[in-house]
Amino acid sequence: MFRRVLPSVRRISAAKRFSSGVDGDSYRLNEYSVKYLGNREATFTEKLKIHDDKWAPTIPIYRVTDALGNVLDSSQDPKFYEQTSLKIYKTMTQLNIMDRILYESQRQGRISFYMTSFGEEGNHVGSASALEPQDLIYGQYREAGVLLWRGFSMTSFMNQCYGNSEDIGKGRQMPIHFGTNQLNFVTISSPLTTQLPQAVGSAYAFKRTPNNNRVVVVYFGDGAASEGDAHAAFNFAATLDCPVIFFCRNNGYAISTPTSEQYGGDGIAGKGPGYGLNTIRVDGNDVLAVHNATKEARRMALENKPVLIEAMTYRLGHHSTSDDSTAYRSAEEVETWGDKDHPITRFKKYITERGWWNDEKEKEWQAEVKKEVLSEFGKAEQRKKAHYHEMFEDVYDQLPPRLVRQRDELDKIIAEYKSEYPMETILPK
Amino acid sequence: MVLRGASILAQCAARVGQQARGKAHFTFQPSTAIPAGLENVERSKMNLMQSVNEAMRIAMRTDDSAVLFGEDVAFGGVFRCSVNLQKEFGKDRVFNTPLCEQGIAGFGIGLAVSGATAIAEIQFGDYIFPAYDQLVNEAAKYRYRSGNQFNCGKLTVRTTWGAVGHGALYHSQSPEANFTHTPGLKLVVPRGPIQAKGLLLACIRDPNPCIFFEPKILYRMAVEEVPTGDYVLPLGKAETVRPGNDVTLVAWGTQMHVALEAAQLAKEKLNLDVEVIDLQTIQPWDEDHIVESVKKTGRLIVTHEAPISSGFGAEIASTIQKRCFLNLEAPIERVCGFDTPFPHVHEPFYLPTVTRVFDAIKKTSTF
Repeated sequence: MFRRVLPSVRRISAAKRFSSGVDGDSYRLNEYSVKYLGNREATFTEKLKIHDDKWAPTIPIYRVTDALGNVLDSSQDPKFYEQTSLKIYKTMTQLNIMDRILYESQRQGRISFYMTSFGEEGNHVGSASALEPQDLIYGQYREAGVLLWRGFSMTSFMNQCYGNSEDIGKGRQMPIHFGTNQLNFVTISSPLTTQLPQAVGSAYAFKRTPNNNRVVVVYFGDGAASEGDAHAAFNFAATLDCPVIFFCRNNGYAISTPTSEQYGGDGIAGKGPGYGLNTIRVDGNDVLAVHNATKEARRMALENKPVLIEAMTYRLGHHSTSDDSTAYRSAEEVETWGDKDHPITRFKKYITERGWWNDEKEKEWQAEVKKEVLSEFGKAEQRKKAHYHEMFEDVYDQLPPRLVRQRDELDKIIAEYKSEYPMETILPK
Repeated sequence: MVLRGASILAQCAARVGQQARGKAHFTFQPSTAIPAGLENVERSKMNLMQSVNEAMRIAMRTDDSAVLFGEDVAFGGVFRCSVNLQKEFGKDRVFNTPLCEQGIAGFGIGLAVSGATAIAEIQFGDYIFPAYDQLVNEAAKYRYRSGNQFNCGKLTVRTTWGAVGHGALYHSQSPEANFTHTPGLKLVVPRGPIQAKGLLLACIRDPNPCIFFEPKILYRMAVEEVPTGDYVLPLGKAETVRPGNDVTLVAWGTQMHVALEAAQLAKEKLNLDVEVIDLQTIQPWDEDHIVESVKKTGRLIVTHEAPISSGFGAEIASTIQKRCFLNLEAPIERVCGFDTPFPHVHEPFYLPTVTRVFDAIKKTSTF
């Protein structure tokens, strides 16, 4: 080993002795620029300066409307047709109403868990509306609006929350862990950020497909961005040039942890350029801005240029039904955000101004959605759970012999102690 | 100064080198039986590294979606397993990733979710732990948690495994038991080039996420006449490599060669016929095969390099104790690594050597 290495060390030191300083400088600058910095210009400086963390300007927040919903620069208005506008508005409100009902139902102990999307409806629908149905979505857990936009039925939402026999996830995961192959929405899992490097892998697979017309969009929160998997994903996406959009919902909190305790830099967007990601920060409560940003990001991603979008918003609801957020933030703060800036009220102005919406339509729509949610909720509640044999399926593509034996053991136990099990809640075999 | 240092160091290196090339703790025993159906197939001489390389070449030739990635795989890999593959299949199919194991595993899962065949390399089994979350919480549970809406069955993670003579704490580990407690993964360890090729191809094509542990000490040492062309060996099946009636000895990977040597020694010195079984697939494992053997011999020894406590030997021992209680004529013995980190200079004292396995055979047979 040593003998092989040392002669080359000798050659390098000899080469150093005979090269002139100036040539060496330009050689190195070129090398650093091309090989080390991805063709970014490398320079020397003789001024000792440690760049403080506020050295670079913060990335501005792109918006189309102000907090009252007025379009500020008409060139940025996506000029939606009536139909699209109404679908956007209706999806946001539908999500909001579903959230309110399911939240209450958890409080009554009818489902075990729930997470609302209050205040973030604009993120979901603004981005989902800028994508194509074939684009693959990976979510964190607070992206139900994306599913609604894609046509995930109210029945499917309710079946999942109840884990009944018609849940396509077969009742195995906690409520809100939705997923559907048909709508290209990868099943949610609880471990934060694991979906990010996975999204990059899926994007790489798409990139290798001839005439690729698919991108991958992966949603995550500002807290999730602190996980190692976020670092992994940003770095892999940039070095492997993947058609992926990272969509960060920066809502100010990770459960009780404010962003000031989450990161020290210019938010999540501030990290983008450091990884070589194309980056934009957007007003997450402005559906139009989110839509425009996502649409442009999709165009770039299709050219295998990964994009990071940070959508600034505020988590109006509690983290989940297991959380009381007044323990770490004031009710007043929440109220103020809700009053001063809400994605639904902002967009309502857009459709009302154009004569596509009014109070009467609003009333009818609210009643219609409530009726549908409650009806589907009731039906889902009535459905039995799948037979317990279902618990053993899908661990592998086929049941290994050992698992068959374990299933048989449970059969025998249940045959003898039937009354100890909630048999009335499940379907017969 | 540099020159003088060089010559002194060169002399040192020579002496240390001679020491390091002392006798390995086992002798590689090439397979004598050719796997069923391959008896008439042409064979060519290969070491384990070359057979892994060949398996990946075949996998990639037969599946356009297959990609191979990891740290330093592009130039051929630090163990030369991917040598010439980038040349044949191009940079988009054989490529380096940033140095980040959780990223490699997650990226591989994502490829598989989109339907591509992902062959991920973790440079050493010792460095698989940053990917533990992705493998245990994600890969293993993908199909189950989604109700079979999604799966990452096309993922195979290859990683080097086991003692190498001087690898110390972080180039020696056998982490299979860290994964056997997780339903959803398949875990495979081959004992030589013939098995490595067939089992790796099986892993790559199996519709479940697999971790394939390659005994790195065998990469160059193990040379066999490997059947050419495309073949797979079944997952979930153990193989009786040496039949016997007196004691059953179960091992996998490198330890198979230690076991075979100990069995031969027991024949010579104690006139015992030890049946040696290669488990091959650690999860899901071939329970029935071991049960059948122990019903015949009445005695069982399990041996592995990994530490004894909660090692996979414990699972085998308790299962066999339950299923073969009336057949057992001696306590089930486990000959394993000690419950210490893997040491550097004390490796010869740490390992479950031929001597220790022989001693266990002796004690078990006279219990």
